[in-house]
Amino acid sequence: MTDTTIDRDKLRDIYTRTMRVARADEKFRSLLMTGKLAVIYYTVRGQELVSAAAMAALEQDDYLVTTYRGQHDQIAKGVPLNPLFAEIAGKVGGTCRGKGGSMHITHPETGVMVTTGVVGSGLPIANGLALASQNRGDGKVTMVCFGDGATNIGAFHEAMNMAQLWKLPVIFLCQNNRYGEHTAFADHTKVDSIVTRAKAYGMTGVKVDGNDAIAMYTTTKAAVDRARAGEGPTLIEAMCYRMMGHFFGADFSYMPPEHLAEMAAEDPLPRLRQLMLDHQFTEAELDAIVADLDAQMDAAAEFAANSPLPGPEEIRKDVFEEEIAA
Amino acid sequence: MSQITMTQAINRAIDEAMAEDEGVILLGEDVAAKQGGGVFKISAGLTEKYGEHRVRATPISEQAIVGACVGAALAGFRPIAEIMLMNFVTVAMDQIVNHAAKLRFMSGGQTHVPLVIRTTTGVGVGFGGQHSDMLEAWFAHVAGLKIVTPSNAADAQGLMRAAIACNDPVIFIENILCYGLKSDDPGPGHIVPLGKAAIAREGSDCTIVTYGRTVLDALEIAGKLADEGISVEVIDLRTIAPYDEATVNASVEKTGRAVVLHEAVKQYGTGAEIASRLNERLFGKLKAPVTRIGGAFSAVPMANALEQAWIPNKDAIADAVRTAVNWKG
Repeated sequence: MTDTTIDRDKLRDIYTRTMRVARADEKFRSLLMTGKLAVIYYTVRGQELVSAAAMAALEQDDYLVTTYRGQHDQIAKGVPLNPLFAEIAGKVGGTCRGKGGSMHITHPETGVMVTTGVVGSGLPIANGLALASQNRGDGKVTMVCFGDGATNIGAFHEAMNMAQLWKLPVIFLCQNNRYGEHTAFADHTKVDSIVTRAKAYGMTGVKVDGNDAIAMYTTTKAAVDRARAGEGPTLIEAMCYRMMGHFFGADFSYMPPEHLAEMAAEDPLPRLRQLMLDHQFTEAELDAIVADLDAQMDAAAEFAANSPLPGPEEIRKDVFEEEIAA
Repeated sequence: MSQITMTQAINRAIDEAMAEDEGVILLGEDVAAKQGGGVFKISAGLTEKYGEHRVRATPISEQAIVGACVGAALAGFRPIAEIMLMNFVTVAMDQIVNHAAKLRFMSGGQTHVPLVIRTTTGVGVGFGGQHSDMLEAWFAHVAGLKIVTPSNAADAQGLMRAAIACNDPVIFIENILCYGLKSDDPGPGHIVPLGKAAIAREGSDCTIVTYGRTVLDALEIAGKLADEGISVEVIDLRTIAPYDEATVNASVEKTGRAVVLHEAVKQYGTGAEIASRLNERLFGKLKAPVTRIGGAFSAVPMANALEQAWIPNKDAIADAVRTAVNWKG
């Protein structure tokens, strides 16, 4: 079912989204390394392409629900960099006025409705967004991203069953990065593939190499088209690697050497670069895209650094619609 | 004047809201016509009027029910989740506490969750330890949730309309024993604002602060104590959170004495918060210590004899008021 051909504009789009994620992640890590930022950060190194190709198959007003390791999804979906950087830094100029942080990035203008810090909790919520679209007939689809670790919590199973029962326009994108926190896939799950679980709910399930740009895009596009056509949800299992620790700075010596070697060989960034060259994009063209992105990263970091800190009055705002009295 | 039961009143409030707004939907186990319109028939007739896409019978999946309602609310709907019994709400705590309550704040006000979670409970029908609890204090401890419980049919109708119209999540607690209670029919369109307590009976010697089914006990005791020459004021909070401190403080300032009464377990209950606030605000004006009466510190027992021993006892309520009135310091 996967196409091996792809429109050049779409390929450029996927490359740009991938590199926007990659350069942002690099920038965050450099800010953390140099002490310019001191926050919890879940690096997305290794998963850049999965979300870039997936989000390239969505429209801007389609809904997205993601998790604490979700910067790649948010950036690929289109969340503007300045407020994103400011939010991660806990500044007033952030998407959430500094009240959410990297684990709770929200940006409805680009469809990013929820980023949850609780594993698996996004799936039931995604069903509700999709239910609203189904009742309204607005043609939107909802994508929810989660890791392999999320497939062993009850919310996953309840949500999968309900989505299929009601044929909701939702796409469950499991980014199988082969580790749930510090526990390897084989040590937390006895089936070979997450996608086999789709069968248990009568749902369409597709397993794809998430680091293959064309396969990842066409697989997602097919699921999006099915959902928009009212044919119901799809579970996509996108195979990828989490190339660093659970959070930035965390030890990952528990990953065996052969896994590290396999991961390095499968790095999506050089692989995508080669695909671009194979499609007659020039080195200069690709370098120009990255240089432009780096300038945007520098500007976003500066915006975040200059944005004021939130004042204590923010604690009384947004608890309820009405402000809590001082 | 014609009368209306609490069941009819809640049904009418939901019916009116659904007629006005396509975004009002109802999700819950057995709620659709095919399943009989809910275990307590609150949604009777609604599927026929509004369709199965708006009255959705769900699998037994409380996390998925509340989660779907959170998502639909984020998309601009005003969903109502029916969680059959309050103890089953515990299965959905993550969606309620980590998501419904906090998304407005964590998003910096970009999103909000206009959700009503209807649930029922109550001690006195022999349902035992997992079908009877009043867990309002669990939710009152979480910033971002509103908690409502009616004591009569007219309030149930008006509070339900206000809860559905509220732009924040509301936990709406119904008491099984109150479904058959009748009120004078308040008529269509009746709304009782959230956060406003009612003075259920005026008095001058002691205030009983309570809510839900125990308002009935308090009114009965107030009637009996009147024969002894003790004038009791009964405050029905109606909304447990946010707490109508102004109404309660005004009453206790007047009477100088207060007994806080609830069906929930006394330890760490809402009564502790209310008593504490009264002490903080009115210490010099109190003529007696504020006392609390609540359920016993055990699971709710099944056997009727035990259940009656567990539940706040009417004699104990009367004694608490007498003690306060006769307090010599």
